[in-house]
Amino acid sequence: MEKFTIHKGVVAPLDRSNVDTDAIIPKQYLKSIKRSGFGPTLFDDWRYNEPGEPGMDHSKREVNPDFVLNKPRYKDASVLLARRNFGCGSSREHAVWALDDDGFRAVIAPSFADIFFNNSFKNGFLPIVLSEEIVSKLFEEVEATEGYELTVNLEDQVVVTPSGESFAFEIDDFRKYCLLNGLDDIALTLKHSDEIAAYEEKRKATSPWLFN
Amino acid sequence: MAGKTLYDKLWDAHVVRQDDDGTALLYIDRHLVHEVTSPQAFEGLRIANRPLWRASSILAVPDHNVPTTTADRGNGTAGISDPISKIQIETLNSNCKSFKVNAFSMDDIRQGIVHVIGPEQGATLPGMTVVCGDSHTSTHGAFGALAHGIGTSEVEHVMATQCLIQKKMKNMLVRVNGKASEGVTSKDIVLAIIGKIGTAGGNGCAIEFAGEAISDLSMEGRMTVCNMAIEGGARAGMIAVDQKTIDYVEGRPFAPTGEQWEAAKAAWSDLKSDDDAEFDIVVELEGKDILPQVTWGTSPEMVLPVTGNVPNPADEADSVKSSGIQSALDYMGLTAGQPINEIQIDKVFIGSCTNSRIEDLRAAAVVAKGRKVASNVMLAMVVAGSGLVKKQAEDEGLDVIFKDAGFEWREPGCSMCLAMNADRLEPGERCASTSNRNFESRQGQGGRTHLVSPAMAAAAAVSGHFTDVRSL
Repeated sequence: MEKFTIHKGVVAPLDRSNVDTDAIIPKQYLKSIKRSGFGPTLFDDWRYNEPGEPGMDHSKREVNPDFVLNKPRYKDASVLLARRNFGCGSSREHAVWALDDDGFRAVIAPSFADIFFNNSFKNGFLPIVLSEEIVSKLFEEVEATEGYELTVNLEDQVVVTPSGESFAFEIDDFRKYCLLNGLDDIALTLKHSDEIAAYEEKRKATSPWLFN
Repeated sequence: MAGKTLYDKLWDAHVVRQDDDGTALLYIDRHLVHEVTSPQAFEGLRIANRPLWRASSILAVPDHNVPTTTADRGNGTAGISDPISKIQIETLNSNCKSFKVNAFSMDDIRQGIVHVIGPEQGATLPGMTVVCGDSHTSTHGAFGALAHGIGTSEVEHVMATQCLIQKKMKNMLVRVNGKASEGVTSKDIVLAIIGKIGTAGGNGCAIEFAGEAISDLSMEGRMTVCNMAIEGGARAGMIAVDQKTIDYVEGRPFAPTGEQWEAAKAAWSDLKSDDDAEFDIVVELEGKDILPQVTWGTSPEMVLPVTGNVPNPADEADSVKSSGIQSALDYMGLTAGQPINEIQIDKVFIGSCTNSRIEDLRAAAVVAKGRKVASNVMLAMVVAGSGLVKKQAEDEGLDVIFKDAGFEWREPGCSMCLAMNADRLEPGERCASTSNRNFESRQGQGGRTHLVSPAMAAAAAVSGHFTDVRSL
């Protein structure tokens, strides 16, 4: 997994609440058996004027100029700003893969859906919860200033604005450790193989029907 | 010390180890797998040269991509016209073969939607932890199980370690007091719950559904309620075990028998919250207040009784919510104040992991019997949740009732719930659907989805617009 330490990048404001994973990456692209290549179809229904299908040359499709990510000033954005309950709906990790593949490293919102939130950490991608007030303030600043960048410092758990204002965020110790070091959590869990096997033996004795 | 909730008990029984910050390894008893969220996980195992920890815990089935027309089925994957869907299903088949995983193939009568076949086969048992790379895994909580939807990295993690890395969630209780009214179904109850708590209401929580209106439900009804826990933001929903649970499980192919059955039954009797258990959040509804529900917007929380009118964004004080209502109305092609029961529909979909079990089909058939699909409805389809549900419905003559009324009777699969196969809405088409998500473009790009119960969907089909099923 890619490490996440400090990231500074242009912010794109997606002023919507309840952005669902069907919107982030529509179902027709989930037919892929790969983890990569989802970037051009991120927010596909909003991003293009005509419906898309897998296998198309997406660079030749007509884009919707009104969609925020298509505005030239947000072309190189790598931090997404959104409203509450971002990533609700389906468990598709393709949503995180699509954001990552399109160049995003972090999303800031007042709240996230649980599965999306969890999936993010498995991909070196950081979901950051800040209060509604701070998010609203950031929306105002981003929209007022072209080229607005935020610095996300995971070590110190802060988001820093261009004026030097700093907002703290929470993260679990284990997730932070994995992100900072780019660790594969399967390898970490397998260090506890003996404990898993011991648990299994105990359960087999008390609840054998679980192992039929 | 306060007693334990059902979730506390399930959690405690499955913790392999727990770190000081609360991060735990939770042992997983049953892993259900389908074609969409598993290929990258199998690939990850292959690249890292890791074996499955316990292959026998896995049951796999293709469901999301499978065609539902009889002409396309019965030829195995050769009948799938979409080449990309075909590759994905063939990849599941070959992965299951090489990793020696028990899988039901597309033309096996036991094939069906993963959340229908798990319980149907007895592969979902009370007291289990169940995972699947699908958010509607919460369905299995109806059996007093702890069931989580997970992402593909977690699918790979469970395959390799039999564990999920988890922190304990909060305990939330949703109690529906008293009896539900006649004509009000499990779907109406859960939509009313989501309308009350909102789509983020259960974030970070495991929800236990309780109260007389919940315990009165059949196992099928309970599955419908738990299925949509995720639409209320909760990764897991659950209901205490009672005699109905035991009766449903007994005799199913994967269920224990003989001495093990007796031991299991004894163990399962404790799968309920203690009387003095404490919940972090408690929400109560009165069963008698719940009417047949219809969603009007693009989020499941945008729901009203069929007797209601489409809301006006000007009446909402919260500016984020108000603009959400306006964009939903724009997308849905509705106007503020419009009566719900005057909204005309183009298509009807009865199916999905929420509502494709035998009881759902019976409820829809009662309404369809002796009536005809309205002339403005271009397509009304019934998609059974599994080959076995389909067969049972045919044995009961339900297929004939539907066909006589003008419904199409399809082969099992996820179908137009998410439109990964050929079943989909065209831009602007409006559908009465028994599925679980009314998100923009969920059922086809530009399609407009209204979530309802099977009886309400059938009522809309024969009326051509939403109508209170109790008045038919």
